[in-house]
Amino acid sequence: MNNPDIQNSVLQQYACPDCGYIYDESNGAEHEGYPAGTKWVDIPEDFPCPDCFITEKPDFLPFKT
Amino acid sequence: MSDQVNVPTPPSINVSAWVVSKRYWYWLSALLPGVPLISAYIAVQTGSGIWLWFSVIFLYAILPAADWVFGLDNANPDSALVEKLKDDRYYVHIMYVVTVMHWLSLVGMAYVVSHYEWSWFSILGGALSAGILNGVGLVVGHEMGHKVRDKSQVLCAKIVMACCGYGHFPIEHNKGHHRHVATPEDPASSRLGESIYKFSKREMPGGFRRAWALEAERLQRLEKSEWSLSNEIIQPALLTITAYLLMLAFWGPLMIPFLFIAAAFGWWQLTCANYVEHYGLLRQKLENGRYERCAPHHSWNSNHKASNLILLQLQRHSDHHAHPTRPYQVLRDYADVPSLPSGYPWMFFVAMVPPVWFAMMNPKVVAWADADMNKVNLDPDLRDELFSRYHHAESS
Repeated sequence: MNNPDIQNSVLQQYACPDCGYIYDESNGAEHEGYPAGTKWVDIPEDFPCPDCFITEKPDFLPFKT
Repeated sequence: MSDQVNVPTPPSINVSAWVVSKRYWYWLSALLPGVPLISAYIAVQTGSGIWLWFSVIFLYAILPAADWVFGLDNANPDSALVEKLKDDRYYVHIMYVVTVMHWLSLVGMAYVVSHYEWSWFSILGGALSAGILNGVGLVVGHEMGHKVRDKSQVLCAKIVMACCGYGHFPIEHNKGHHRHVATPEDPASSRLGESIYKFSKREMPGGFRRAWALEAERLQRLEKSEWSLSNEIIQPALLTITAYLLMLAFWGPLMIPFLFIAAAFGWWQLTCANYVEHYGLLRQKLENGRYERCAPHHSWNSNHKASNLILLQLQRHSDHHAHPTRPYQVLRDYADVPSLPSGYPWMFFVAMVPPVWFAMMNPKVVAWADADMNKVNLDPDLRDELFSRYHHAESS
């Protein structure tokens, strides 16, 4: 998160409607190969929830803290 | 977060007490790998090699009898109890002990078959007994393999699955099977009319290929080679190869057939589980081209008390598919879901006798689908035959 491009933009979060996993753009999904800072728009449509794997990107809902 | 099914009635105090007391009963999972060790000890003491077969008898005869005697367990934890139990590390620690026990059990049996004089028949029994325990180990590995956010559980899943060299399973299962369950695309969902022998030829290689492809995709995104130590199929495979080579080096060439049979029979147990869990059940395709979400009526369940304690409630399969990351101690029974007539151990045995399996299960699938064969996951090779026999043939 030392990348100034990331710090300067508004980062969004999206929640898996089933298991509660939250995709946070500032963290990405490192293990699955989406590095920190990966924007939600750059995540492919068939991206499964990296926790429960039963939902896909179109199922996710914007998450507000 | 919400369930699509009717929430069960709140449990009474007695039910809660039983659910809580199960925390001690789950230690049966850790004692189970002791069964082949104890029977091998008796074999050595008595000189009677037939004892090496004991775990085979245990799975296919004693456990089904225990299911019959102890009956069903319909108790569900209420939401307050779920909150209390779900993050209790105690339940995870049991599985760490189980992991160690499975390796002890495999190595112990390997030691006994290689250090005493046995007939080939007794050695076969020892290998199949070890194989059954390898299969049970995959259940524990399955449970831990779902907890992808917990690094120590993921590591332990790899270790226990390395007992029989099936480390690709968490990838295949989480990312492949759970996503495509109860669809024709899933090699790990069995079809109406498909015998377990035909299914295994689709499931075993299909599952491995799918796991490898998924892992290669992941590594490609990480800009790493699929042939690297980052590959989570290669990691547990190295553990298997190391352990097997050590046993081969110290205990001789008998280890080759022993370990092969024990590993393959472990895989076979998992194939049996996949076979019985979704037989014939099909998710419908929606207008947008995606399949409907996996619902509780897309899994076969069994609520038998004895086998559920030993198999970490895996047989509460609808809840598992509705919430794959839900820990075993809080898995719930749903009312009105497809139910198997017995627990897994007996169903595994029946599955190996296809005419009996078909006689037992085909009518259940037909009733489930209201005799509409368009709603069934059926073997395409038998499509015409199954349509003429079952389609709107029975009133349900």
